[in-house]
Amino acid sequence: MRALDDVSISIRKGELFGLLGPNGAGKTTLIKILCTLLLPSSGSAYVRGHDVIKEANHVRKIINMVTGGETPGYGILTVAENLWFFSQLYGIRGDVAKQRVKDLLETVGLSDESTTRMNRLSSGMKQRLNVARGFINDPEVLFLDEPTLGLDVLSAKHIRGYVRNWVNTQPEKTVLLTTHYMAEADELCDRVGIIHEGRIVACDKPSSLKTMVRDKSVFQFEIAGSSDYERLKAVKGVVGLSWTHHIESDMSTLKVVLSEQAAASEIESTLRASGSKILSITTPEPTLEDVFIHLVGKGLE
Amino acid sequence: MGSAREPSWLLWDTVLPMLTLSAYIYVYKMMNAPREFTGFVIVGGAMIAFWLNVLWDMAAQLYWEKETGNLEPFLMAPISRMAMLMGMAIGGVFNTTLRALGIFIVGALVFHVEFLIGDPAAAALVFVLALASLYSLGMVFASVFLMYGREAWHTSHLLQEPIYFLSGFYFPVKFLPFWLQVAASAIPVTFGLDAIRQILILGAGLREVSLHVVALAAFSLVLLFMARWMLRYMEDHGRKEGRLTLRWQ
Repeated sequence: MRALDDVSISIRKGELFGLLGPNGAGKTTLIKILCTLLLPSSGSAYVRGHDVIKEANHVRKIINMVTGGETPGYGILTVAENLWFFSQLYGIRGDVAKQRVKDLLETVGLSDESTTRMNRLSSGMKQRLNVARGFINDPEVLFLDEPTLGLDVLSAKHIRGYVRNWVNTQPEKTVLLTTHYMAEADELCDRVGIIHEGRIVACDKPSSLKTMVRDKSVFQFEIAGSSDYERLKAVKGVVGLSWTHHIESDMSTLKVVLSEQAAASEIESTLRASGSKILSITTPEPTLEDVFIHLVGKGLE
Repeated sequence: MGSAREPSWLLWDTVLPMLTLSAYIYVYKMMNAPREFTGFVIVGGAMIAFWLNVLWDMAAQLYWEKETGNLEPFLMAPISRMAMLMGMAIGGVFNTTLRALGIFIVGALVFHVEFLIGDPAAAALVFVLALASLYSLGMVFASVFLMYGREAWHTSHLLQEPIYFLSGFYFPVKFLPFWLQVAASAIPVTFGLDAIRQILILGAGLREVSLHVVALAAFSLVLLFMARWMLRYMEDHGRKEGRLTLRWQ
């Protein structure tokens, strides 16, 4: 199985680049190649001009990575000790490391927990510590692999704000972010590459990507209960669709991208004919998900 | 730091091993074995702590780092892999020396072991060389664990008891049949253990254990180079096959 297939992207210095795609699309594989943890079976990859295969050690000096849902470190060590430990892997001088640990803990809101053992932190706190670890060597290129995974809304917003500010205030820094949260990619990234089954299917600014569906009609149906709506793809004029079932309200949100607006009424009548109770029909502003549906025929979920 | 924060190891790693050692000592006493056999068992028991540390902590360290998510940050950092393993080895030696000393002191006091230390410098030299060769072997194992994980785990299980037996942790290897002694000589800890026993219990000097010293030095050098080569090979191979980041394999 090919995790990545003929991927060719170039990320500019000072850019916050997003890689958007569903689980298994190849986002993490790409990041791990760039982080020197995996070797590509063919092709080449460079980070700041350094070959990740032949000059792995040069690359390692200027990068760091944060993976969502991970908690690197040692439970028996305190929050500050863990960060200090990782700083020493980069040979950072003691006094500099100490100050950086203090600053980073303040940034991620863990100053009050600096002397708490890591094994006593909540999942969200561990993830914030993980984010702080990614900045410990002040990398030139930072890889963020689903960094807000498992974080509550406020913490995720805080982290996004910090990353955006980090790039804005230091134009020489570059971030490659992978996510399957469209809003995150839309809100945060200068450019977004959409990846599907190991291939980059589109790459541009979020606003430019959304122009791809400007001439398409996007309809959102709120439907009571749930069903398999895959059959609606057979309706003439349907470019793609995705749906989500909300368990708590037992409602489904069905989003369809249409090449012609007239297809909406046929979808509506097909749904009613099959006994679905339509609660509302809206035409929302195009999002990156609509672009994804347009490109691959299905949603990110 | 971990040992200081979780001092329960004092009980598990010092008092409990004494039970096995006591069993051997009482068997020897029952058989009217020479008195020095008690010392042999205590020295063997102390050295077992190092062997277990090498086999389960040093060798499996990278495996655990992988499973707990630490390996990726380690391998992404611009540090020498050998330096990383050396650091782990030094930490292991320090912690295990405390454990071994505990076993040694408790055992010597409880069973009134008589020591005839004629040449403390030779004892120190042999001890250092024995640990160097043992932990170099641990580094070789660590590179295997880096790549193979669970399979390596089974191999360690397979190695534990045969090495107890062949290296003579509880009895001198000179009582083994010749061909088993030849097999035992392929294990560095056999030489270390025998030399330390000769110096501490039988009062031997550097001259009597010179062959042991040469063998241990040779083991250390060869295993250290082997570890360096294996680590590089396994890392490259792991990067190629995606095993460095593959968990629960």
